[in-house]
Amino acid sequence: MAESEAVKPPIRVGLFVTCLVDLLRPSVGFAAVKLLEDAGCKVIVPSQSCCGQPAFNSGDRPSTQAIARRTIDAFAGCDYVVAPSGSCAGMLAKHYPELFVDEPEMAIKATAFAAKCFELVSFLVDRLGVKRVSARYEGVAAYHDSCSGLRELGVRDQPRTLLAGVEGLRMVELAESDVCCGFGGTFAVKYGELSDAIVTRKSAKIDASGADTLIAGDLGCLLNMAGKMQREGRAVKARHVAEVLAGMGDDPAIGEPDAGAAS
Amino acid sequence: MSLAATTPHFKDNVHEALTDARLQRALPHARNFIATRAAAAARLPEFEALRDSARAIKDHTLAHLDLYLETYERKVTQSGGHVHWARDTGEALAVILDLCKARGAKSVAKGKSMVSEEIGLNAALEGAGIAAVETDLGEYIIQLRGEAPSHIIAPAIHVTRDDVEADFRRFHRELPADRDLTQPEQLLAEARAILRDKFLSADIGLTGANFLIAETGTSIIVTNEGNGDLAQTLPKVHVVLASLDKLVPTLNDAAQLLRVLARSATGQDLSVYTTLSTGPRRPGDPDGPEEYHVVLLDNGRSAMLGGQFADMLRCIRCGACMNHCPVYHAVGGHAYGWVYPGPMGAVLTPSLIGVEQGGQLPNASTFCGRCEAVCPMRIPLPNLMRHWREREFERHLTPAVVRGGIGFWAFFAKRPGLYRFATDLAMRALHLIGRSRGRFAWLPFAGGWTRYRDLAAPQGATFQARWRAKSGAVR
Amino acid sequence: MSARDDILALVRASLHVSGAEAPRRAAVASRLAEAPVGVVPQRGQGTRSQILATFKAEAERVRATVAEVASAADAPAEIARFLRENNLPATLRHGSDPRLASLPWSATALEISHGPSDGDDVNAVSAAFAAIAETGTLALVSGSDNPTTLNFLPENHFVLVFAEDVVGDMESVVARLKATYGQGAMPRAVNFVTGPSRSADIEQTILLGAHGPRRLHIVVVGQP
Repeated sequence: MAESEAVKPPIRVGLFVTCLVDLLRPSVGFAAVKLLEDAGCKVIVPSQSCCGQPAFNSGDRPSTQAIARRTIDAFAGCDYVVAPSGSCAGMLAKHYPELFVDEPEMAIKATAFAAKCFELVSFLVDRLGVKRVSARYEGVAAYHDSCSGLRELGVRDQPRTLLAGVEGLRMVELAESDVCCGFGGTFAVKYGELSDAIVTRKSAKIDASGADTLIAGDLGCLLNMAGKMQREGRAVKARHVAEVLAGMGDDPAIGEPDAGAAS
Repeated sequence: MSLAATTPHFKDNVHEALTDARLQRALPHARNFIATRAAAAARLPEFEALRDSARAIKDHTLAHLDLYLETYERKVTQSGGHVHWARDTGEALAVILDLCKARGAKSVAKGKSMVSEEIGLNAALEGAGIAAVETDLGEYIIQLRGEAPSHIIAPAIHVTRDDVEADFRRFHRELPADRDLTQPEQLLAEARAILRDKFLSADIGLTGANFLIAETGTSIIVTNEGNGDLAQTLPKVHVVLASLDKLVPTLNDAAQLLRVLARSATGQDLSVYTTLSTGPRRPGDPDGPEEYHVVLLDNGRSAMLGGQFADMLRCIRCGACMNHCPVYHAVGGHAYGWVYPGPMGAVLTPSLIGVEQGGQLPNASTFCGRCEAVCPMRIPLPNLMRHWREREFERHLTPAVVRGGIGFWAFFAKRPGLYRFATDLAMRALHLIGRSRGRFAWLPFAGGWTRYRDLAAPQGATFQARWRAKSGAVR
Repeated sequence: MSARDDILALVRASLHVSGAEAPRRAAVASRLAEAPVGVVPQRGQGTRSQILATFKAEAERVRATVAEVASAADAPAEIARFLRENNLPATLRHGSDPRLASLPWSATALEISHGPSDGDDVNAVSAAFAAIAETGTLALVSGSDNPTTLNFLPENHFVLVFAEDVVGDMESVVARLKATYGQGAMPRAVNFVTGPSRSADIEQTILLGAHGPRRLHIVVVGQP
C-alpha cells in the first residue's frame, strides 16, 4: 500500500493495545499513544480483545478466525493499525491473511487489513520517518530482539536508532540478543521446564552484558525475562521500549512495587 | 516403524536431558555451527539467490516426482545398476537382508545414513547375524555406546572427548591399556586404524544418498571423512539406501543444492568429498564395486506430496534448523525420542510415525522462527508445526486442559464488551493483592508460570478502562 | 501390485495426476535435455589467471597445499621435495594415466608402484580430470588411469592439475563430463575433493586425516 497517496493527514492510527498491555501494563499503551501523537497521528482505540494468537498457536483455527473477523471490523475506520508488540503485529500483518485461504472474499479483506498493520517502533521510524524522540533515561541498557518482530517484521535497527537518541541512556551489546527468551506464549506454561532452561540462559546473558536495564518490544518476553531475573534475585530492571522512548522511564519497572496510588 | 519412539514421553525426556550434567557439558558445541554458517553465507553474495534456486529445483522435482523416478530408474538400469522399490521399512529391510544373504555377507560397512536409522537397519542386520559397521567417526562412537544419533550431521555431538576415550578403552581391548589417548588426534588415529581393517574386509558397503540424479542415474554422497566414499569403493557390492525425496533432475541442479548444503550445515563452502557414483565397476576398472543397488524407500513420503506437509520434502538434511534451535540447544537430540530431532524432526516425525506418537514435538516450539530463517530450502517450519497443532485440535488430541483453557479464553476474546468488563475487575483485584511487592511468586492457576519465575502484578485498571475514562467515552 | 507400481500410483494420487499429461512430460523432458544452469557465483569467474589464482587461494583455504610448476616434467621433483621436507617415505603409487606414466620419475629417488591401493600405501599421485576455482575443488574420475582407491586410502595424496583444466565452477566440470562421456552418461565414480579428509566428530574440533588422506598436495602444471 502506498500510504503517501492513500492517507491524508492527520493519520488516523488505531492502537491495537495487545491483551498483555491492556491487562498488566497499561502504561505501555499510554507510552505508545504519546509517541504516536508526538509524531502527529490521531490515535483511536476501538473496543478490542486479543489478536487471537493463543488460539492460533494452539491449533484452534475456528476461534482464531472468529476473533480475526471481529478485529478486522473493529479497526475498519483506521488508516493504520499499530501494536506495541512485534508478536501481535506479526499476527495481524502476516498470519491473518493465511486464516482465510478458503474464503476468497474474507481473504481479500484480511490482506488489505494486514497491509495497514505495523509494530509501533518500526512504524514510527519506517512509516513516519521519526529519527529522534525527546526522552531521558538514566541508565545502561541492553536490547533484546523479540522473535516475531525481528524475523516476521524486520524490527532490528529501528528501536536501536531511537534508543540511541535518548539522553542519559547508554546502550550495551547483549550477546545472543536475537535468540528466543523461551516465552513462546502458552509454551512457557505447557513446557515450563524447557522454557525455564531457555530463559535461564537469557538471564545470564543479560547479567553478563553489564546493563542495569533490559529493553524489549514485547511485553510477553519482558514478563518472562523480568520474572526470571527477579526469581534469581538479579537487580536488572525490565522496561518496554515504548516506555523508555516516551520518557516514562521513571515509573516502576516491570514487576517492581507500586510507587504511589493506582491511577 | 521399527525404532521404538520415546516421543510420547517428550516431557520426561526433557527433564532427563536438563538434569544430565554430562550432556549439558557437551551440548554447547552445537552452537558452534551458528557462527560458521553465518560466515559462509556472508562470504557468498549469491547465497540468498541460491536458496531461492534450490527451493525452486526441489519444488519442480516434487511436482514431477513420478516422471523423474521413472527416468532415474531407467538410467540406473542402463548403467548396470539395480533399483529396488520399498513401500515401507519392512520391505526395505527385506531387500537389504536378501542382498546380504544371497552373497553370504558377514559384514556391512556403512556410510552415514539417517534413512538407515529410520528403518532400524543395524538391529535387523545384527539379528540376521551380519555385522553392521558404522564408519563415520561420530556414528562409530555412538554405535560403541549403543546410542542413536543425536544430530543428523553430527551424530555424537552429545558426547565429550572424555567419553570417547573411556569408550575406546572399553571396546578396543586388543590395544595396550597404557596407551596415550589424551589428544583428540590420538583418538582419531585409533579409530582410523581399526575401521580401515573393517572397510577392507566388509562384504557390502551401504551408504545413504544426499541426491539421486535422474539425468544420469547417479547417487551423490557428501562426507568430510571419506568414510562413505570408501564404503562405496572397497566392498564388492554397493547398496544405496535413499528415500524418494532425494531425487533431483540434473547434475547442474545438484550443483545448486550443493552450494547451500554444506554452508548451511557446517559452514564449509563444500564438504571435503562429494562423490558421484553411477553403476558398478566398468570393464577395465581396477577398483570399485562389482554390483550397484539402490533401495528406493517411500515410507510415507508419497502421502506427504501435494498436501499440507509437502514443503518438508524439500529438506536436504543440513541440520541448520537444529543448529539454531533454542529447544534443541537446551535438550539435545535424544529427547525428541525418534530418529529426526530439531525443528525438521518436529515436522517430519508426526508425518512418519503418526501424530498420536509424535504430536508432542510440534507443540514444543516457541515459534521463534530462527529455523525458518536459516533453512536453505526455505521450509516454513513454524507454520508446518502449527498445521500439526491444528490437526490435533481437529481430532481432539489437544490435551483437555489446554483445550478447555483456550475455549474459556476464546469465549471472552470473541466478546470485547464482556472481556473489557471482566478483565478490568480482575486486574484491579490482582493489583490490590500484588501492588506492595510488584509481583507474585505464586498465583492460583498460574503455577506453570510461577513455578519457575515471578509474575508481574497488573498496574490496576486495564488500559481500555483507563482510556475510556480519560476520553469520556461510555463503556 | 508391485512395490514400484504401487509407489508410483501413490505419488500420482497425491499429485492428482495420471502421469500421462503431455505438459508435465514435456517439462521433464526439456529439463533433462537442457539441464539449465542456475545461479553461478562470481567468485570462480574471471580471466584465466584470476581463475587460477582463485583456485589456489580456495584450495589453501581448505588446507590443501599448492605448488606451481612450469611443465609436467617438473612434477616428480616437486613431489620428491614435498616428501623429503615432510620426512615422509620416498614411495609413490599411481595408475596408468599416460600424463603420469610419461613423467621422469626415474630422475628422482622415489620408489614407484602402479595400480589400485590395497590400503598399505603411504603416498599416491593422481591426475585430475578438472579442478574448480570457486571452491578449490579437484574433480577425479575413476578408471585404470587413476584408481579411485588412490584418492582415499593413502595418507598423503598428490594431484596433478593441468592449468587448462582449472575451470570456474562445478557446472563447467559437468559440461566437460558430458563432452567426454556423452549426454546422460557418467564414469563409474567422480570424486570432487575439497581439501584433505577431516572430522569434527569429537567436540567439534577439526582434525585432519579421518579416513582419507591427511595431506593433499596439488601440483598445478603450466601457468598461462
